[in-house]
Amino acid sequence: MTDLTDLGVAALRDGFRKGDFSAREVADAFNAAVVAGRALNAFLVETPEHAAAAAEEADRGRASGELRPLSGVPLGIKDLFCTAGYQTTAASHALEGFVPTYESTVTAKLFGAGAGMLGKLNLDQFAMGSSNETSAFGNVISPWRRKDGGNAPLAPGGSSGGSSASVAARMAPGATGTDTGGSIRQPAAFTGISGIKPTYGRCSRWGVVAFASSLDQAGPMARDVRDCAILLETMSGFDPKDATSLDLPVPNWEASLSGSLRGKRVGIPREYRIDGMPAEIEALWQRGVDFVRDAGAEVVEVSLPHTRHALPAYYIIAPAEASSNLARYDGVRYGIRELPEGAGLQDMYAATRAAGFGAEVKRRILIGTYVLSAGFYDAYYTKAQKVRALIVRDFERAWENCDLLLTPTAPSAAFPLGEKSADPIAMYLNDVFTVPSSLAGLPAMSVPGGLDAQGLPLGLQIIGRPLDEQGVLDAGLAIEERAGFSARAGKWW
Amino acid sequence: MSNYRIQGATGEWEVVIGLEVHAQITSNAKLFSGASTKFGAEPNANVSLVDAAMPGMLPVPNRECIRQAVRTGMALGAEIHRWSRFDRKNYFYADLPQGYQISQLYHPLVGEGTLTLDADEKAGIGEGKTIGIERIHVEQDAGKLMHDQHPTRSYVDLNRSGVALMEIVSRPDMRSPAEAGAYVRKLRSILRYVGSCDGNMEEGSMRADVNVSVRRPGEPFGTRTETKNVNSVRFVMAAIEHEAQRQVDVIEGGGTIVQETRLFDPDKSETRSMRSKEDAHDYRYFPDPDLLPLELDEAFLADCKASLPELPDAKRARYEGALGLTPYAAGVLTADVATARWFEALLAATAKPGAEMAKAASNWLISDLFGALNRLGKSIDESPVSPAQGAELLGLVADGTLSGSLAKQVFEIMLETGGDPAKIVDERGMRQTSDTGAIEAAIAAVMAANADKVADYRGGKDKLFGFFVGQVMKAMAGKANPGVVNDLLKKALG
Repeated sequence: MTDLTDLGVAALRDGFRKGDFSAREVADAFNAAVVAGRALNAFLVETPEHAAAAAEEADRGRASGELRPLSGVPLGIKDLFCTAGYQTTAASHALEGFVPTYESTVTAKLFGAGAGMLGKLNLDQFAMGSSNETSAFGNVISPWRRKDGGNAPLAPGGSSGGSSASVAARMAPGATGTDTGGSIRQPAAFTGISGIKPTYGRCSRWGVVAFASSLDQAGPMARDVRDCAILLETMSGFDPKDATSLDLPVPNWEASLSGSLRGKRVGIPREYRIDGMPAEIEALWQRGVDFVRDAGAEVVEVSLPHTRHALPAYYIIAPAEASSNLARYDGVRYGIRELPEGAGLQDMYAATRAAGFGAEVKRRILIGTYVLSAGFYDAYYTKAQKVRALIVRDFERAWENCDLLLTPTAPSAAFPLGEKSADPIAMYLNDVFTVPSSLAGLPAMSVPGGLDAQGLPLGLQIIGRPLDEQGVLDAGLAIEERAGFSARAGKWW
Repeated sequence: MSNYRIQGATGEWEVVIGLEVHAQITSNAKLFSGASTKFGAEPNANVSLVDAAMPGMLPVPNRECIRQAVRTGMALGAEIHRWSRFDRKNYFYADLPQGYQISQLYHPLVGEGTLTLDADEKAGIGEGKTIGIERIHVEQDAGKLMHDQHPTRSYVDLNRSGVALMEIVSRPDMRSPAEAGAYVRKLRSILRYVGSCDGNMEEGSMRADVNVSVRRPGEPFGTRTETKNVNSVRFVMAAIEHEAQRQVDVIEGGGTIVQETRLFDPDKSETRSMRSKEDAHDYRYFPDPDLLPLELDEAFLADCKASLPELPDAKRARYEGALGLTPYAAGVLTADVATARWFEALLAATAKPGAEMAKAASNWLISDLFGALNRLGKSIDESPVSPAQGAELLGLVADGTLSGSLAKQVFEIMLETGGDPAKIVDERGMRQTSDTGAIEAAIAAVMAANADKVADYRGGKDKLFGFFVGQVMKAMAGKANPGVVNDLLKKALG
């Protein structure tokens, strides 16, 4: 019998339906993999009983002819999603011990579709980071290692680093992620898996710990494009509890999947050719161009003239929103409370927040507070919003000449842990290719495109028009079919 | 123009007043959550996950609150902005779970409008004095800290957290405490007509931030102070009086007024400094990214417009015009929507609801019913007599069944027993009589018993006529038709 943990979402679902194995066997296999993979520090909380209970329900359902879309599929859940009865921390001391009484809309949809939960996945604290090193509970270690034999622990990407590592290490067939400026796509690229951030508003934000509300969007991370399509279908849909949720039907993305790009025009944005881009990334991009051309697409060069302003605008808007969104962690109602002897209310706030937040979170709160303060608001926040409008317009103009955009996902392969943690700007530059589509709220996906000289995965990014997840997934599939990416991390843990 | 002046040691001072009235919007649910807004619930009984700002919770606008604010704006003749937006006002306080209040700074729902004060000669308010409305925006209320529950800790009650408020901002157009008082009363009247706020200041449904400055008449505005959360018309007027006098004293004493936030102490009737501009918060307002801009379509606006009732100024004009009531009566009847509704129900229940009946109904309501309610300490909504019963009573007077004085007696019985007037009249035989034989007999008896007075009357003492009327009525146990008595007496006395 094959190792069940080698199977992805579609294979597990279909094999379970055919009766090749029971859901309980699947849950047991992944629960065991989670335990065996503790060295990666991908899970903050393991919930084998949740996965087992869902599996048993699925098995009973199958016996009585009731099959749900995700019956028999256990998943990892990023610890930014509130899960009823299970601690939810956003990888911050601020929320240590917090157990929600409510279930986020996205996880409720997944569990309602039959999925079980393997555990809560580690992440950068409050989803702020690109390497998982800002987690208050220790960084996740990527399952991948360089070929140089140095065994340097590598970053799994961030902020959804627990999600990427768990899927890449076969501890979960799929996982939820969230993406504010690249937090699904960059870790997917770093770990050789696929991940899609849908159009802003497709997935409800209700019950997801907020980082930057106008950018935050949930999405799936899985081993291939089809698995992403399956999970995204369940995760998406209108939610009256989220005022920014899109009141639109969810298309049948999986059923409509096609690797043919005949009649499609794929744009290559000139401005993404940044200074000092490694030759390997350049080569990967060219390989991607060849793939989509081979799939029938016409490739055209397009211009997104304001691209270079996207990152600075993002690092004003996201911290501004975060500084306000994180004000609620004040020690009054939940999470930790620091009450020094003789402390008044202001002292309690200061002590609680000083103890609760990590350095990167504090940095962003300070940046956000600064850019919103009287006298600086117009120079920073208002200007950043104007830039954002220009970026949106750039894309709108590009869509006059093409249907999809193809870019690298990140400017490099996974870097060693610690390499960039002392230099925030170097860290922020990781998001240079993912941030513009976040600012424009566009669907965007990363799929593995190949390996670098060190044997590390590199990702290609496809960006689509608003609501054209189908086009993005199809292009992802076209690349996937041609890239023949079969490398996987050697098991060292 | 108001002639209100403060006589300082160095001359006259004029007061300049602007008000920011916070009015709780009448709705079953809060502005951004489904939690109840019912007053008087146990602490923290009306709190949703959103109101407590639990992680991942999101605000969803309550259309009903928006509708009420739009209707209010329309009632004030204000510009309704088809596109508005919510902003976050950021500050830390234990009664503010989110760490920010969702409000509207940059693009409020309602723009410029006006309010016309009711003329009041005694208070120095002339006909047609209008106060500009600068804007109305919609925002969340905060919770409440309770400091008296524990020796060393404060408790937080979030029942009010997230309740919808309208902030109605006036122009600095008022020039006397009386004008400010009249403004608040008129505003409250309009809100009650519209049904967008119950106006109960004692329950905190309406409160005012009072901006006051003083200047020499004709000079530019002085520096203003803002006295927060004043919760009655009387206190608004008292706060202005004291704050204006304080400012005059400071300036005349060689000092300067600092722009600051002050508190009104109703017990000592004085204002006290709360915080100065230097330690004012930097609220870091920015558009709330959890909410899309509020866009109102024509159908929604048309629906708001169609749902507006007749407003006090229009109603008052109609009462004076079509119903022929005196300006005084029209003013009294329209000042409060509950009174106007009661009056109209009363009139509608009468057999002939024309101008003649309107006058009788108005007189009866203002003197008899209000007198009784005053005595009983009840509001008109708690009246023991219903409009239908009142109409029946007025009908009995109109058709001659009851005299005015009999009607008063019957009304007293109605108040006590809650009974219907016709039934009371039947059961107690209180019908007035126009039986000329009985009245003539009574007249003859009275004249016989008072021969001296008859002589005096005939000798020219006309004033004695009233005496004879009284005696005859007494003899008839109050049931004689006064008109018939008058006629027959005149004849008998020659």
